[in-house]
Order: sequence, then C-alpha cells, then structure tokens
Amino acid sequence: MRLVNIRPTRRSAVLLGLAPLLLLVFAYLIASASRHAINPADKILPTPVAMVAAMHSLVAVPDPLSGTLLFWADTAASLSRLGLGLGISTLSALLVGLVLGLVPGVRATFGPLVTTIAVIPPIALLPILFIVFGLGEAAKVALIVIGILPFMIRDIAAHVEALPAEQMVKAQTLGASSWQLALRVALPQAMPRLIQAVRLSLGPAWVFLISAEAIASDVGLGYRIFLVRRYLSMEIILPYVAWITLLAILMDWALKQLSTRGFPWAHAK
Amino acid sequence: MSAMLSLRNVWVEYGDKVVLERVDLDIAERSFVSIIGPSGAGKSTFLRLLLGQEAPTRGRILLDGQPLLPECGPDRGVVFQRYSVFPHLDARHNVLFGLECALAPLTGRLFGAARRRAMAEADAMLAAVGLGVNGHVYPAQMSGGMQQRLAIAQALVKKPRLLLLDEPFGALDPGIRADMHVLIGRLWREQALTIAMVTHDIGEAFALGTRVLTLDKRRHDPHAPHRFGATAVYDIALDRKLAASAASITIDENDNN
Repeated sequence: MRLVNIRPTRRSAVLLGLAPLLLLVFAYLIASASRHAINPADKILPTPVAMVAAMHSLVAVPDPLSGTLLFWADTAASLSRLGLGLGISTLSALLVGLVLGLVPGVRATFGPLVTTIAVIPPIALLPILFIVFGLGEAAKVALIVIGILPFMIRDIAAHVEALPAEQMVKAQTLGASSWQLALRVALPQAMPRLIQAVRLSLGPAWVFLISAEAIASDVGLGYRIFLVRRYLSMEIILPYVAWITLLAILMDWALKQLSTRGFPWAHAK
Repeated sequence: MSAMLSLRNVWVEYGDKVVLERVDLDIAERSFVSIIGPSGAGKSTFLRLLLGQEAPTRGRILLDGQPLLPECGPDRGVVFQRYSVFPHLDARHNVLFGLECALAPLTGRLFGAARRRAMAEADAMLAAVGLGVNGHVYPAQMSGGMQQRLAIAQALVKKPRLLLLDEPFGALDPGIRADMHVLIGRLWREQALTIAMVTHDIGEAFALGTRVLTLDKRRHDPHAPHRFGATAVYDIALDRKLAASAASITIDENDNN
C-alpha cells in the first residue's frame, strides 16, 4: 500500500500525536539528569523536583510584599489584558470588516488605510503607545489591538467580499435591503470566519502581550518570566511557558468548539 | 396577449466592445421564453439586463409600461446555475428569507403569529417543489437537484412578475434534469408564471419554451470582431404549446397534449 493511503485510526492517531510530546519530555528529563550528575547546582535544565518547589511558593504561598499569590495574580492580569485586546479586536473587526466587504464606496475609501496600517510593525509603535497611554493597562491592550486588528479586518472584509455574487443578487431579488443583506446574509456567514481569524490571531496576541509586559509592567506572566530571567530561574520560566502553552491550547480548543457547535452548517462536508 | 416586458432598441456596450445591439422585443405575460445562442453571444448579458444587474447603454426596458430600475428587486425572481441558496440557512429558512425581508425591514426576522403564517407559506412552497420533508436540511447536505428545487421555491414564494433562469439545470444529471423539466413546466402552468430561461441545451429550450430566442451576431467584421453585437436572430413562437397551455387552464379534458 502506498504511504499516502495509510490512514491511522482515531485511537492510533491520538497515540501517534502524543508520542513526540512524550519523547520531548523524556529527552528533557535525561538531559537534566545527566547535567545534574556532573554539577548538582546546575541552573540551566532544572529537575522536575526543583520546578515543583519553585512553583509551589508562587502558586500557594502569598508573596510577603503584596500578600497575593503571584502565579494567579500574573495569570489573571495577563488573561484580562489578552481578553480585552481580543474582545475589542473581534468586535471592531466584525463591524468594520462587514462594512468594508459589503459597501464598495467604503472599501474604496478606507481599504488602502487598513492595508497601510496592517504593514506597520506593531512593536515599533509600542513607544508611541507608552507615551500616549502611559505605562498602564491601556498601552498593553492597545498593542494587542493594533497588532491583530488590521489582519482580522482584512480577513473578514475579504471573506465577505468573496461571498458569491449570485447569492447577493438572489437576496436582492428576494427584497433584501443593504441592511438586511448585512444582517441576514453577510453577518452569519462571516461568523465562522471571524472565529477562525481569532484563532489565528491568538499566537500574535500572546506575542504582543508578553512583549508589552516584558517592557513595562509590575504583574503578568510575561513580566514574571523576564523578571526571574535575571536570576537564571529556569525552574520558574519553564513552568510559566508550559502554563502559557496550555492556556493558548485551551483557548484555541474552546474557539473551535464554539465554531462547530454554533455554526454547524459551516463545517458540514 | 399584452406585452409585459418590452425592450426598445437596447444596446449594451463595454468601452468599444458591442455586446448587444438593436434588441427589440416584447415578452408577453405567461410566456416561457428560452434564450439560446453560442458562447459569447450575450445570453448572460441579456439576462443581467432583465434582472436589473446591468443598465442598457442605449434604449429602454419597460416592465408593465414602467422603466425598469437598474437594480435587482423583488418583482423579478432568479435561479442561477449555482450559489443561489444561502448555505447558512436550512431549506425552510431559505424560503422564509424573502417573506421576512418584506415584513421585517429592521430585524429581518419575524416573530409570533406573523412568523407562523410565513412558515406555513414557506412550507407550502417547499411542498410544491417536492421538498416537503426536507425543511430542516441545509444546502450542503442536499444534492444539486434539491438545491435547485430550493432555489426555485425561494424565488417563487415572492410571486415575482418575471422569473429568470440562468442555465438552471446545466449542472444536473440527465435523469434529474428531466424531473426538473417536469417540475418547472408544472409550476409555470399552475402559478401562471412568466419565465425567461437562458440555456445551452437546445432540446431543453424547445421542450420547455413557448418561444425560443436565438441570440447571435448578424454581421461580422473580421478586422474588428468586437464592433458588432448580438441580437435576436431567430424568434420562434411555439404556438402549439401556447394553445396547449391555454387549454390546460380551461381544463379541456379532450386535449391530451
């Protein structure tokens, strides 16, 4: 049988997918153990025991200075910034994308502007954001929005514009006004695409969040990672990175569920 | 029979390319006009004119004596070869769409008793095209023939003055196509429709139409082939069928045509 025709069953696909992950963990454990065999005080590849001990003080022991549980405070701060940035971007992308995709006059007027903004590297704007919004929450949320919104707008606008012309003509022969076209034809068909755009934007959104937190912050997952870097605390950095990865996977999974449950027609094959 | 739709000296030009020239036609109410012609002879342009998707460069188009607006409206229904149903709505809501647009300008949705009335109307229309039990099926789960039935139901629920068909059965299997011919013929008689159908299939054109229009170029300049447009070179009235359909509405039991 040809290689391209051999399909794994569902269960073997799960096992196959897990194998490289487990292999990676296993390789780390071996590397860590061998480094500690040579130098018991090694800081580069900490043992799981050291990670659990370091994380325990962050997860369960209140910080003597602020009295908060740092790990959960970091998580809450980062997630609220990310949620706010994603939320503002999603809503604006939907509204602006629909209008840009549907109304030729608006597209002609604002399309080039959106394209121009989209090619500006967002990190290059970070100093401006800090100057305009100060070092508080607004600048961090604004960086996320500026980073992902233009891409999302362009994606939604292109998707709406690419809806078959036959469908638009048909709707008009059924008496639909411009408003009804937007509300009943374009909006529902843009929704699955919007969720897809949010999923694709999650990665960049995290990048912008961590960048903003690394530069100016006093709480947050990115802040903590860059803070403990000074002490070479890999036993904190690695669990934090794993935690961020887990959060990102969960968000992606939840969005995918939302799309398949909420818009089954878009996933019917 | 009075002319419902009149084209008076209609020209369509794109830049210096002439697509249609000197089209003068009257289409009578309750007629079934088949439009055939070679590729590039302006069949689709002709249909877009009737649909209001495009305005003539010169000349006038009158519907019931009034100039036709160059924008699609609910007085003209359309069924395209593909993509004319909404993939995000099930069959029932696809048909309901036209009723909701008329009655709910702001929300685009009906509620309560008005919704139940519209639902009943939509269900009756689905039953008329043979999709009575498929109300909850989404277009992606339908065969090509079912999707075209749905597209027809969707258009007819608005009771259009003129139904335009753009190669509606071109993508269907021969067997399904024959079923669709029976269906559209029956709907045309029962609902007293006026239909203009563009088709590639000459057999289909003659089997269904009461009149067959052939669009083609009358003149040809080999040095500037784009400077002459197409027009109706043959206009064949199939009177036998007109008589038959007239007989069928007077319920003449002896007429077995």
